[in-house]
Amino acid sequence: MSSRRTNFVKGIRDGFPIALGYFAVSFALGIKATEAGLYPWQAGLMSFLNVTSAGEAAAIALLGVGTTYMEIAFTQLVINIRYLLMSCALSQRLTNKTGLLHRFLIGYGVTDEIFGISVSLDGEYSPYYTYGAIAVAVPGWTLGTLLGSIMGNLLPWRAVSALSVALYAMFIAIILPPAKKSKIIAGLVAVSMLASAVLTFICSKFSLEWFTEGFRIIALTIVISLIAAILFPVKDKEEKNNG
Amino acid sequence: MVNIVLVILLMAIITYLIRVLPLVLIRREIKNPIIKSFLHYVPYVTLSVMTFPAILSATNVIWSSIAALVVAVLLSLKGFKLPVVAGVACLVVFLVELIPF
Repeated sequence: MSSRRTNFVKGIRDGFPIALGYFAVSFALGIKATEAGLYPWQAGLMSFLNVTSAGEAAAIALLGVGTTYMEIAFTQLVINIRYLLMSCALSQRLTNKTGLLHRFLIGYGVTDEIFGISVSLDGEYSPYYTYGAIAVAVPGWTLGTLLGSIMGNLLPWRAVSALSVALYAMFIAIILPPAKKSKIIAGLVAVSMLASAVLTFICSKFSLEWFTEGFRIIALTIVISLIAAILFPVKDKEEKNNG
Repeated sequence: MVNIVLVILLMAIITYLIRVLPLVLIRREIKNPIIKSFLHYVPYVTLSVMTFPAILSATNVIWSSIAALVVAVLLSLKGFKLPVVAGVACLVVFLVELIPF
């Protein structure tokens, strides 16, 4: 019982910076939603049900210029397919004790950030940790969208700019401590960032707009992780506990 | 014209299915060493790819992003916890952007 509570509280604590970052990003998203002709309640509902920055931004852009259900469906599939990989990775942290209901609930919260902290939780994974993170991050995301769409440019741009970096700083805080312990992961982080920078540069240089950021993330993740898996297969438990 | 509420529901269903299916369908520990290692490396690669170079265009000016990046890396390596790293990075962006360029 108390470990549920401990994990929930820990999730809230680690979810707090996520909520701050979400607030900033979704505030900007809310402004765009209003521009695209959505009512604030629609923007808020979209954020509450989807919790996906890139997917929502794409949908809002499409709604602004007029779109079809097929186009929306296809865009969401392509942009959000990375969550499939994340859920596959997270499924390996769950045990037989993790019931179906837990799996359905955790699934709602598989965002880049909540996945990041959940999969790297030290020791035995607990769904309650993810619930704690969801309990603060989703309200941050939804409220940010709602307020952004209602109040537009009321939040000072300096504050929005400062908050926008929170999510990236958080990613760094997740990947660097294990990279410090493992040379393989350190190399992997460096190679991934470099490859991402090169690919982003190529895409903007040659105006490859179809090769979107979501697309790049999944392509690089599959290629680099696969090469790493073949070159450096994980030696069962010890490496896993380090990660 | 599409109905916006239907669009929102359609998006939500697709995104939720993508997220939940692996969690519900993969009920056992994967034994294949290549797939297992692949899934072990996925989080690090995907988070790295998402962080860089996107962090450079997250803020108003690139200098504040670079300063935040450097500070976040140093604090993470020093072993500071996630909320501290995120909070200080925000503060660094705010302070750097007070400098007129």
